[in-house]
Amino acid sequence: MEISVPDINFSIIAPELILSAFALAILLVGAFVSGRKNELLGYISLCGIIIALISTVTLMDSSVRGFSNMIAADGFGVFFKIVFLIIAGLTVLISIGYTQRFDIGIGEYYALILFATVGMMVMAAGTSLLTIFLGLETMSISIYVLAGIIRGDRKSIESAMKYFILGAFATGFMLYGMALIYGSTGSIILEEISTFFTSKPELLRSPMVIIAIGLLTIGFGFKVAAVPFHMWTPDVYEGAPTSITAFMATGVKAAGFAGFVRIFFSALQAYQPDWVAIMWILAVATMTVGNVVAIAQDNIKRMLAYSSIAHAGYILVAFVAGNDLGTASILFYLLVYAFMNIGAFSIVILLGKKGEENVMISDYAGIGFKYPLLGFSMTIFLLSMAGIPPLGGFMGKFYVFSAAVKAKYYWLAIIGVLNSAVSVYYYLRVTVFMYFREPEREITGLTFSLASVIAVIISVGGILYTGIFPASILTLARRSIETLM
Amino acid sequence: MDHLLSIIVFFPIIGAIVLIFINKENHPAIRLVALIFSLVEFILSLPLFLSFEPGVAGMQFVEKAKWIPEYGISYHLGIDGISLLLVLLTTFLTILCILSSWSAITVGVKEYMISFLFLETGMVGALVALDLVLFYVFWEVMLIPMYLLIGVWGDPRRRIYAAVKFFIYTMAGSVLMLVAILALYFINLKSTGVPTFDVLELYKAVIPVRTQYWLFAAFAVAFAIKVPMFPFHTWLPDAHTEAPTAGSVILAGVLLKMGTYGFIRFAMPLFPKAAMALLPLICVLAIIGIIYGALVSMMQADLKRLVAFSSVSHLGYVMLGMFALNMQGVEGSIYQMLNHGVSTGSLFLLVGMIYERRHTRMIADFGGLSKVMPVFAVIFMIVTLSSIGLPGTNGFVGEFLILLGAFRSNVIYGVAAATGVILGAAYMLWMFQRVMFGEIKNPENMKLKDLNRREIATMVPMVLLIFVMGIYPKLFFSKMDVSVEQFLKGFKAKYEMSVEASAPTMMSIRSGERRLKGQTFPSKID
Repeated sequence: MEISVPDINFSIIAPELILSAFALAILLVGAFVSGRKNELLGYISLCGIIIALISTVTLMDSSVRGFSNMIAADGFGVFFKIVFLIIAGLTVLISIGYTQRFDIGIGEYYALILFATVGMMVMAAGTSLLTIFLGLETMSISIYVLAGIIRGDRKSIESAMKYFILGAFATGFMLYGMALIYGSTGSIILEEISTFFTSKPELLRSPMVIIAIGLLTIGFGFKVAAVPFHMWTPDVYEGAPTSITAFMATGVKAAGFAGFVRIFFSALQAYQPDWVAIMWILAVATMTVGNVVAIAQDNIKRMLAYSSIAHAGYILVAFVAGNDLGTASILFYLLVYAFMNIGAFSIVILLGKKGEENVMISDYAGIGFKYPLLGFSMTIFLLSMAGIPPLGGFMGKFYVFSAAVKAKYYWLAIIGVLNSAVSVYYYLRVTVFMYFREPEREITGLTFSLASVIAVIISVGGILYTGIFPASILTLARRSIETLM
Repeated sequence: MDHLLSIIVFFPIIGAIVLIFINKENHPAIRLVALIFSLVEFILSLPLFLSFEPGVAGMQFVEKAKWIPEYGISYHLGIDGISLLLVLLTTFLTILCILSSWSAITVGVKEYMISFLFLETGMVGALVALDLVLFYVFWEVMLIPMYLLIGVWGDPRRRIYAAVKFFIYTMAGSVLMLVAILALYFINLKSTGVPTFDVLELYKAVIPVRTQYWLFAAFAVAFAIKVPMFPFHTWLPDAHTEAPTAGSVILAGVLLKMGTYGFIRFAMPLFPKAAMALLPLICVLAIIGIIYGALVSMMQADLKRLVAFSSVSHLGYVMLGMFALNMQGVEGSIYQMLNHGVSTGSLFLLVGMIYERRHTRMIADFGGLSKVMPVFAVIFMIVTLSSIGLPGTNGFVGEFLILLGAFRSNVIYGVAAATGVILGAAYMLWMFQRVMFGEIKNPENMKLKDLNRREIATMVPMVLLIFVMGIYPKLFFSKMDVSVEQFLKGFKAKYEMSVEASAPTMMSIRSGERRLKGQTFPSKID
């Protein structure tokens, strides 16, 4: 028996390696830096993220696979990696002030963020079921810990516990689905699975594969918070530290979609007619439930949780459309979504202080005039989420719905736009409080951490740029998916 | 000046940015800067009128640049005789609005003026955009400042309700239009292979008749909500009543015209077949709007609500004239858009002036005002008569042409709409009588001051315009003649083309199509 030595090409996983090295270094430095000086750890992780970002950008135009076709450095992976690194960078920025408030600025906090980011990147780059799973687990376990990192806070612990139990359960489903695919095709490499299906058309509609697709959908549906697998979202988002909520709502979701798209479009393309029907229902349910329930929320973190469910629904619309435009628009949307969602959570963080979180929507009364720039930024984030031009959120929706119209899913597009009209109501509600209502009590003594303010500025800039000059990023997204299908 | 239109579109934003740097407590400076910017904006827009070539049928002052080339989305601006006058109306009314907010707005002046200037950019942009996506962007941009104007500076009692209702109503209509825009794009892409959102290119697109119905319906709902046509008008009285004076003026003067403009620029020429088929429905709704609006106005106890419902009635005329599809009707309709901006805008200004003095708008609280406020009464009279359409004022020209056009296209429509004229005179004059004449019953009205200089300066341009437009309408018609002719010709040509294009599939097309057979296109176009 001959054993082939796998080709080892470290350059294609350079960003992951850099980030891991920094994460280990932070753990080490964290042991020596006393609790008060923790800003330093934040800046070290920021350096790591920037270096990883640079090394990712150099991989931009490559299309190589390595480690026996287990992982790739292709446009799709690179685009997602850039998105993850931006998300991680913004998360670290908003964490620097926030962690001091709760005394959680320990080394583990930043190291876990970096490890989770590595997991996400592996997920997006993975071209085999196993690598994707590996990435997923690395990410999930880090996030389980991060969600409960405020050890003294019952809500935080409850949130971590809920997320862990349900998450572990969902992972089981996903792994079972992967096993069934391996069982029916004999391979875990996505490309080989795809060739297997095209070469053996008689295997199509085999119940085993269909069940596998169902199980995978459940697993990924959980990670991206699609209805009806969304039940954990509001509680976990509400209980987790706000900076981690922002990270989960953007990073985990984007990573979930990266794996979702990669497996379904590279390996299970032949089954598209089967899974499109499921996705159609999921998309409509996710948009509608997310938007309708968000209307009734009084806590802004819960509202943003439901809104993030709704956004997953819009992305599923593009998923259903299934054409190249659809896949490109998923990439574009996730980037824009990262800016607007982290931006909104940054504002939530900025408005709180030690012992006073100010997370009820009624706490926002009057801040539009009291803190004009803060109010203005929040308005930009909310209007962008509502899809008002000329902001990035509008362009994202424009691309998503144009993909649906192109694929002739007219009703899906109509349901989608009506949903986005419904969503206007609850996004506007926050602006109603910010600008139209008199504050019931004074919010005083806020200290704005410079890093968080920078995160807000970057987010506003990102939204305006993607909204007014979307052409270049869309072209990049279109190019990124060429290697996918 | 190759970029005149761009300058006009974005100049107010520069003003808004300048305002950001002024201390928010320095109200006089903020007001002055806003006024200067709106004045310069108006002066900038004058060359459009002066050097506009009336003999050229196509778009003028065209600017075209790539925006999102992959989609064929371009930054394409241009004006023709139809949009020219509306742009001028917008820049003109904005000055008066800022003047009228001088003493009425005392809180958040800076934010107010910034909103107003942003609003101006949105309005002008929507009027000059010739790319559907660009148009959509400006169309939605208008919503936010208007929402803030109503919500922050509106009447404290119901402003939030009115603001949210305004936003959601308009938004719900326009998102459907977005889907229709996308569908239109892909249909055109499939048949021609050229990706474009350029409306001038899309005019040439051949669209299957059944698809036209859907697309026209989506556009029409978006625009009908904005106009607002009966039965989509319910947001209007709330928004108008709760908005600050200047907000009402700009809402009535310009934002409502966006709806009618949308019909004439987009919905009708893009989907002529569907427009023809649904013509009876739209005309009937327009007539219902005329009569219903007038009847409801008559019963209003609140001055502002009365004027708001009169808008429903006036806009009914505009729609009717447009769908008469002859030269008189369409020209009258465009003229009436301008008239309504001037007359109803003035009415809101006047109501605002009296509201500032008495903090009430109830008709019952007034009476005998002509004795204490003679100047106010005279101006109010002129505006009232113009709104009724007395010969010699602008209202007469518009209404007369619309009725003429309506009679030529269908006598029944003409007769029905003409009853609205009588009702219009009734509710306006009755209101005038109750407010201005009789004994002064309420002692508070005794010490009312007449208009001050700034207020007179606000009203004089309006009064002048009322007479100029009433006595010498040729000044304006000469600019729009060719464009309107072109619109009708294009509409007719495309209508006939799509009849031929759809002929082979006639069998498969259902009842909607059969109803069309008996109907012929008005053959005479003069």
